[in-house]
Amino acid sequence: MTTQPAYTSSPASVAGVAAPIARKGGVRIKDVVKRYGTQDAGVLAVDHCTFDVPAGEITVVVGPSGCGKTTLLNAIAGFHSLTSGTIYLDNEMLCGPGKLKAEPGPDRIVVFQNGALFPWKTNIENVAFGPIMQGQMTRKEALEKARDKMADAGLRGIENNYPGEISSGVRRRVEIVRALMTDPKILLLDEPYRALDSLTKSVMHEALLEIFYKNRVTIFFITHDLEEAIFLGHRVVIMTTRPCKPKKILDIDIPHPRDYNVLTTKRFREFMDETAAAVHEEATKAFAAGEKER
Amino acid sequence: MSVLSKWSFKVSSFVFGEDFWRGIVAIIVFLLFWELGSRSEALFGFAFPWVGQIPAPSAVLKEIYRLIQEPSFWHSGYLSTRRVLEGFFAAMLVGIPLGLAMAVSRTFYGITFPVFEVLRPIPPLAWVPAAIIFWPTQELSIAFVTFLGAFFTIVINVIGGAKSIDVRYFQAARSMGSSTFDIFRRIILPGVLPSIVVGATVGIGITWAVVVAAEMISGGGSAGSMGGAAGGGLGFFIWNSYVGGSYTQIVAGMISIGIAGYMSSAILRKIGQLLTPWLVEG
Repeated sequence: MTTQPAYTSSPASVAGVAAPIARKGGVRIKDVVKRYGTQDAGVLAVDHCTFDVPAGEITVVVGPSGCGKTTLLNAIAGFHSLTSGTIYLDNEMLCGPGKLKAEPGPDRIVVFQNGALFPWKTNIENVAFGPIMQGQMTRKEALEKARDKMADAGLRGIENNYPGEISSGVRRRVEIVRALMTDPKILLLDEPYRALDSLTKSVMHEALLEIFYKNRVTIFFITHDLEEAIFLGHRVVIMTTRPCKPKKILDIDIPHPRDYNVLTTKRFREFMDETAAAVHEEATKAFAAGEKER
Repeated sequence: MSVLSKWSFKVSSFVFGEDFWRGIVAIIVFLLFWELGSRSEALFGFAFPWVGQIPAPSAVLKEIYRLIQEPSFWHSGYLSTRRVLEGFFAAMLVGIPLGLAMAVSRTFYGITFPVFEVLRPIPPLAWVPAAIIFWPTQELSIAFVTFLGAFFTIVINVIGGAKSIDVRYFQAARSMGSSTFDIFRRIILPGVLPSIVVGATVGIGITWAVVVAAEMISGGGSAGSMGGAAGGGLGFFIWNSYVGGSYTQIVAGMISIGIAGYMSSAILRKIGQLLTPWLVEG
């Protein structure tokens, strides 16, 4: 990268940048409870969960499979309702008392675990889908913008292929570009790299960071991979096994921009050491409880 | 690669490919055994069971050669094809919207599905007598039975296809600001298309099976007016050949139905590939 991204994690250096970009997409999760089924026979997925997703940062939620992390994400996205509690987006209530289910909207775009590019649309049609749907621009303009954005992300030459014709790593990148097309306040990534091999994963991580530095969109990232969490996150929220609530919240003070050299630094190791035990403990509990992969 | 060179590549790799020659050899061996079996009485002094009773392929081929010069044979083929197409298109026209409505609306599904499921297991041929009573002309009753043959398959495929569309596509579309109509048009319709293609391909095969049987049972509809015994469609043609004792003609009729059915399915598969380009490999 020739131009240094204007973003670093310490507020002091942000002040030095000429035109600070207004941070948006801060989410506050407050006392959120989600119970599937009835009071007696239901399953408590999320139990009085409270934490903040700071605007303009990457917050990574780590927890054992099936712990209820995705439930939180679905509540923010507006796919599922809460049982009680409140979720705010930039200090406005998304869902809460009186309105337990948020409306899905282009300000909160989900990148799904197994990908949700429409297989019947070419990659560029997928990327242009949002702006066309919202009537923001004509089809031609949307396709032009999509082409530019894809080129920006290094995705030239696959515009007219179908998603089924490209590798799953590239698919995931196309999907993130599609998510950014509507200028969301926050990206919700639900274990997007779960199915990828570790080498592809490392490429994906750097690509995601690069996109983040360019767009400075708030990212809410779910994973069960601790290394991934510490490498990407400004903030790592370690969840208990079901019912899920924060067990430990860490602010990762490794400066951004980060690249893969971070993985071998002492500070990174320290964070790993500090959290590994906590994650392992929850994973053991989840295993003992027989949680199923979902 | 241009479309043309891609196509010629496909053709040449097909013609010179192993599968092609394997298929040719298999057909030749099959015909050879058939020929031997049919001539078994003359050659070996006793008739092979089953295959010894049927006319030899050489005789059938001669009969086919004679038949394709006869307008009444073509007319039979035309009548059956027309009935197949009528029934098939009517089934598509009614079945696709019905299947979509059943998949989209829970209320509509609740009302229609039980009735649909009671009617579905009734074989189309069981409808023949009722159809003859219901419909004013024999032609209409045959077309109706043909329609039933494809209808249930298409509806079931549309419902299944719509229900198997991944919920993530709906969520993603909703997040990106799609209206309900957008979701119907841009998610449900393309999502169901592959199932429609499958339903149509299977359906038209059933349609051929049904039309022939319906023609046999009903006496071929317009047989009298169409001049000659072979005027009532291929089913009636075969039946008539049987009554008349012309066994080569029976087999010739069977083969022509086989070819017609194969061609219909092949054409539909091709159309299906054009409609769902994202499913084509490579």
